[in-house]
Order: sequence, then C-alpha cells, then structure tokens
Amino acid sequence: MLKQMEGSRAVAEAVALCRPEVICAYPISPQTHIVEALGELVKEGALTPCEFINVESEFAAMSVAIGSSAAGARTYTATASQGLLFMAEAVYNASGLGLPIVMTVANRAIGAPINIWNDHSDALSQRDSGWIQLFAETNQEALDLHIQAFRLGEELSLPVMVCMDGFILTHAYERVDMPTQGQVDAYLPRFEPRQILDPTDPVSIGAMVGPEAFMEVRYLAHVKQMQALELIPKYAAEFKEVFGRNTGGLLHTYQAEDADTMIVAMGSVLGTIKDTVDELREAGHRVGVLGLTLFRPFPTAAVAAALAGAKRVVVVEKSLAVGLGGIVATNVRMALANSPAHVFTVVAGLGGRAITMKALRELFLKAEREELDALSFLDLNLELAGKGLELELVKRRSGPLAENLLRAAGPARNY
Amino acid sequence: MSHQPVKFYQTGTFTVGNRLLGEEDRSVQARGDRSNALNSGHRACQGCGEALGARYAIDAAMAATLGRMVAANATGCLEVFSTPYPETSWQIPWIHSLFGNTAAVATGIAAAMKVKGKSDVRVIAQGGDGGTTDIGFGCLSGMFERNDDVLYICYDNEGYMNTGVQRSSATPAAARTATTAAVGPEPGNVFGQGKFVPAIAMAHEIPYVATATVADLHDLEAKVTKAMSIHGARYIHILVPCPLGWGSASHDTIRLARLAKETGLFPVFEAEYGEQKSALAIRRQVPVEEFLRPQKRFAHLFGAKPNVQSLARIQAQANRNIRKYGLLQEEGIHA
Repeated sequence: MLKQMEGSRAVAEAVALCRPEVICAYPISPQTHIVEALGELVKEGALTPCEFINVESEFAAMSVAIGSSAAGARTYTATASQGLLFMAEAVYNASGLGLPIVMTVANRAIGAPINIWNDHSDALSQRDSGWIQLFAETNQEALDLHIQAFRLGEELSLPVMVCMDGFILTHAYERVDMPTQGQVDAYLPRFEPRQILDPTDPVSIGAMVGPEAFMEVRYLAHVKQMQALELIPKYAAEFKEVFGRNTGGLLHTYQAEDADTMIVAMGSVLGTIKDTVDELREAGHRVGVLGLTLFRPFPTAAVAAALAGAKRVVVVEKSLAVGLGGIVATNVRMALANSPAHVFTVVAGLGGRAITMKALRELFLKAEREELDALSFLDLNLELAGKGLELELVKRRSGPLAENLLRAAGPARNY
Repeated sequence: MSHQPVKFYQTGTFTVGNRLLGEEDRSVQARGDRSNALNSGHRACQGCGEALGARYAIDAAMAATLGRMVAANATGCLEVFSTPYPETSWQIPWIHSLFGNTAAVATGIAAAMKVKGKSDVRVIAQGGDGGTTDIGFGCLSGMFERNDDVLYICYDNEGYMNTGVQRSSATPAAARTATTAAVGPEPGNVFGQGKFVPAIAMAHEIPYVATATVADLHDLEAKVTKAMSIHGARYIHILVPCPLGWGSASHDTIRLARLAKETGLFPVFEAEYGEQKSALAIRRQVPVEEFLRPQKRFAHLFGAKPNVQSLARIQAQANRNIRKYGLLQEEGIHA
C-alpha cells in the first residue's frame, strides 16, 4: 500500500510487520522516531505479543537484546552515533554469541566535537564487529531491508545492522510502498534459534574458549558472514517474488555499462550522485555509479566485477579513517588489487556537511582529468582549517581547537 | 550404670544439623533430590565462599521453581571456574555475556519468557561484587527501577579476585588489595569510600532485598526461596569469604562469614519495598578484631604496634550497622 510517511515511521511499521517479540529502546537522535513509533504500536496493542523495554542506556539495550534473543525471542533495537559506541562491547558479544538481533543504525557523526548530523562514522566503526551491515539508499529500501534482515540474520544466526542516513532518511517524508502483514508472513518464517535457554534442555552459552579453539571459532564467524554473500541475492530475488520490487542484493550499478569513471558510495547520497551522473552523461561523459548495499561482509568479488571496466574509481564516503584516509575506499582498493584502475578517496559530508550536485560535478570532472589527489575532502574550507593551526603555532594554551575554528569563521557561518 | 542424658542445647538453631528437624524444615542441600545446579568438578579454589554461595542459592532457587529456571552470569570467578568450554558445571540453562551487563541480559531473558508464554520460567542474574557494585551497577539499577522480573544475586567477596585481588567499591576500609597496598601512612583501602548496594537496592523500593552469608545455610535458602515466590525485581547480597583475596585459611570460610555477621560488620537483614522487615540478630557480639585478625589483608593493623585508630574506626562501622539495622534487638531475630 502506497503511503506518504516519515522514514522512521516507515521503518517502525515494517519492523512491526516482522512481529518482533522484544524491542529495547533508548533514545538518541536521529533514531528516536523509530522507537517512539514502535513503543506506541506496542502500547496500543497493534503489535502483540511484544515486550517494549525502556532501558537505561544503549549498553543495556544491546544487553537486553542479547538475553531475549538467547531465550528465543525475535529481537530488535535501534541506535546511532555515540549510542552505537556505548554499546560496542555488547555489539561484538551479540555477534560472537551468534544471536540474530536486528538493529537500525540511524547514521550520525561521532564526537568530539558533538554533532548530531549525518555521516557513516558510527556504523563503520563497527565494521569488524561481526555484524552484517546493510546500507539503505531510500526510505523504501530501508523499510524493505529490515524485512530481509530478520530473514538473513535468523538463517545465519548472525546479527544484522540496517544503516540509514540520519535525518536525510529518518526524518524525510517520502512515498513508500508498505507491505501487508500477509506478504511479510509469507516471506519471513518463524524464528527457529540454533541455541536457546530452555530449562528442558539446559545449555551453557557464552563460556570461555582458550587458544586451542579460539582461532577456529573466529574463522567460522568469518565463514558464516561470507555465506551472506550467497544468501543475500537469493533473498532479494525471493523478496521480489513476494513484494514485487527489487530491493537489497549486494550492490547495484547505474549507467555503468561503458563507464570510464565509476563513482562508489553508500546510502542516500547515491541519489544526488545519480542525478549528477545523469547530467554528465547528457554532456557526453562516461561516468557510472556503484552503490554498495552490503558493506559487511564486503562483496569483494562483486565489486571487482562491477568496476572491471573502469579506468578510474572515485569512492565518495561519509567516513574518515583518521591517519589513513578512507574506510570504504580501502575496502574497494582491496577488491581492485588486480586492477589497473586508479582509486581516489573522497571524504565527504562529515557531520552533515551538504554534498551538493555542484561539488560532485566538479569532483567527477576533476577525476576524469586525473587531477584529483589520492585523498581529498569535498568542500573543505582549507583556509578556515589553516586558521585553527595558525593559532596553535603562536600560542601554547590556544584553547579548544573547535572553538577557535568557529570564531575564525565569523558570525555568518556557511555550512 | 550411670546415664548421661543428651542435651541439644541449640535445638531450633539448626546448628545441630538436620537430623532433629522435620523433613519440611531440612535444608535443600540436605535433600536427596537437590539439583546440584553447580555441579562438582569446577575449578574454584579450596574453601571458595562464592562456590558455596552459588550452590546454596541456585539449588534453593531450583527447588523453589521446580527446575524452571535460567541464569545469567557476569564475567568473574564464578563464570571462569565453572565453565571453560567444553566443560560446564551448570546443570541449568546458563548464559555469560559480559562483565557489566548481567542484569540487563536477565531482563531480556525474562521478557522473552513472558512473550513466549513461559512466565513460569524464572530468571536469576548473578555476579561478584565487581560485576554488581561497580561495572554492572548501571544495568542493575535499570533492572531495579523497571521492576523487571529478575532475582539478582551478588556474591560479595569484597574485591576483584579473578583478576588478582584488586579493590572494588565493596572492599572494606583498611583492607589490603593489589591496588590498595598496605604501605604508606594510611595502609590499605581508604576509609570513607565504598558503597553498600543492598541499601541502594532498597532505595529503588523493589519488592525484596535481603543479605545473607554462607555461614547460615537455612537463612540463605529461606531468603532465596522467598525471593522466588515474589515477582518483580529482587536482590540478594551474599557475603562469600575468599581465602585467596582475604588471605585466610580455606577452612575458615564459614567461620569468617559468621564473624562478619557477629561483629556487625556485615548486617544480615530483609527489606520489602524499601523498608527493613527483619534482621538476623547477633547471637554473641564479638569485637571486630576477631573477624579481622585471621585475614592477611588486615595484617598491617596488628603486629607489634597495632593500628588502634583504624581498628576503632572499623569497630565504629560495626556499631553503626548494629544501631542502624537493629542487630542486637531480640525482635530483630529472623522470623
């Protein structure tokens, strides 16, 4: 059924259709509307049976989720940014224990400086946590990926993170096609756990493993994640059969057939990138797009195949590996280890900095001319950054760096 | 032929053992059908108070729930000595997640049982004092505040024993630990620090809070049994001497637990909805020295020149507990 609704509400309703039995909620912007909506659905009796638990921290949210999932209940939570970091220990624990919890991450920057706006630093900080990580481009995709996430996670006994851009998607009102309960029930089987806390068949879950087998346990975690590379396209195909639309998969390409320059990105910025590519195509530039839906496990072979014909690859990513450069780009480079293509890392949109078509057009043309640095920062105000450093040169107790920058920027700050 | 009548002077105190008691009054431990929830073969130290405490508590809970029980366990001695895969001493469904999240994991299990229509399956969370009073305190307070249907049991051995005897917020004043060395002008743990979590649990006004020691099996079992008859958040704090961390003889575990109670240093009581309901009265009050002297962690208080000042401060703590919890009042005797 077509509806005009907020992304958070759409995700909440889709999650409700998956019949979660335990939901843990701790508020953090920009995830709040999702758990608020779910809390309302539980309280009014629309989602039943379901236990909605207002916990005291994200660490508790993931810990409650661990307990309920280990006791056999389909479990959901949502977080963002600092919340994801605060629960990080339990995030790793959930995957290590093999518990198929589904969690929305409403992607947001990580402080300091504190910043509530969108980038991918939060989710990417957990890229090695053992969770499957899916990135939504649109609200429709966010909604659909949650339904696939429960199926995937429960089949593999692995937790799944569905990442959607904070505010840009979570707070955007868009048209979405909301599935029916019958469709979701037809697609998503009952949760049959591989391990369960059950007094009739007692097991010990989560005991210590020493050096004699730890490597093997971790190796199997890798093997299980890699199985997702087979299952995801299969489940996307089955999804199309039931719901009638293409959603999910490992990745998708746009205008890629004859492209010399391929742009790689994740999430909502792909829309802006595709519009920009359309314009460049009209002007005769052979530019194409690769959007990653799956980041963990990294679809290495599929990325290599999708970029095989490109002379150059521009990775536009909303993340920064401080001291190195790109996170997504580093993964893409690994996939292109045997390719002569030049790979450029472009860090963009940190902390909600707008990524405009104008900036992207200039960027892509510059890349086409091979004038781009190996690592660049889109729309970076170098002059302003320089002022921050200048003050540190002249004064030992220069004060908070971020404050100095903003003072130097003056009252009319231009985002 | 002269006849010496046998006198059981302590009949009614359980001290003479089970043989004088009716079947219904005998301890769970004495029963043939006890669950042995924490089975033999584990790797606890000789004289481990925590192993005793856990065995007593969980067997009593198993009896009270007719075996319909799940336990979540914090990282720590109990987790380590009872499990390394592929072995486990646990005869119950048992999960270890992290050090600081056990109360929350238990909340999740209880929620799952409720939603699955298995509310008869009861949930216990358990951990040491580090996992309870320090790193797990946030999750514990959250579980209390929401009145989640969980019994949390803290086995308090007054320090981080698993990591090599470091100070926790349950370490008593003056005690020597690896991070409160017995050196300098004020050797051992600082006075005026630490927290007594049973009192904080009471401040949450949860249905049931109790303290116990491994010295009084019947009292401990009665409290666990009572806790399992109640729904909502419950907390039992059990003092479990640690021969390794306390520097005490392994055969002194029960004696030290009893002395902790008899000095007043560890008040044994029950509370409901934030109000104290009873206390286990001190039978024969003894000065704190009797409790402190057998423990090497307090050795620096004695010797050729006893630290009279510190001993007086510790005695003052005991006196305060006696006053506060009514430990010398006859009516305070556990009903």
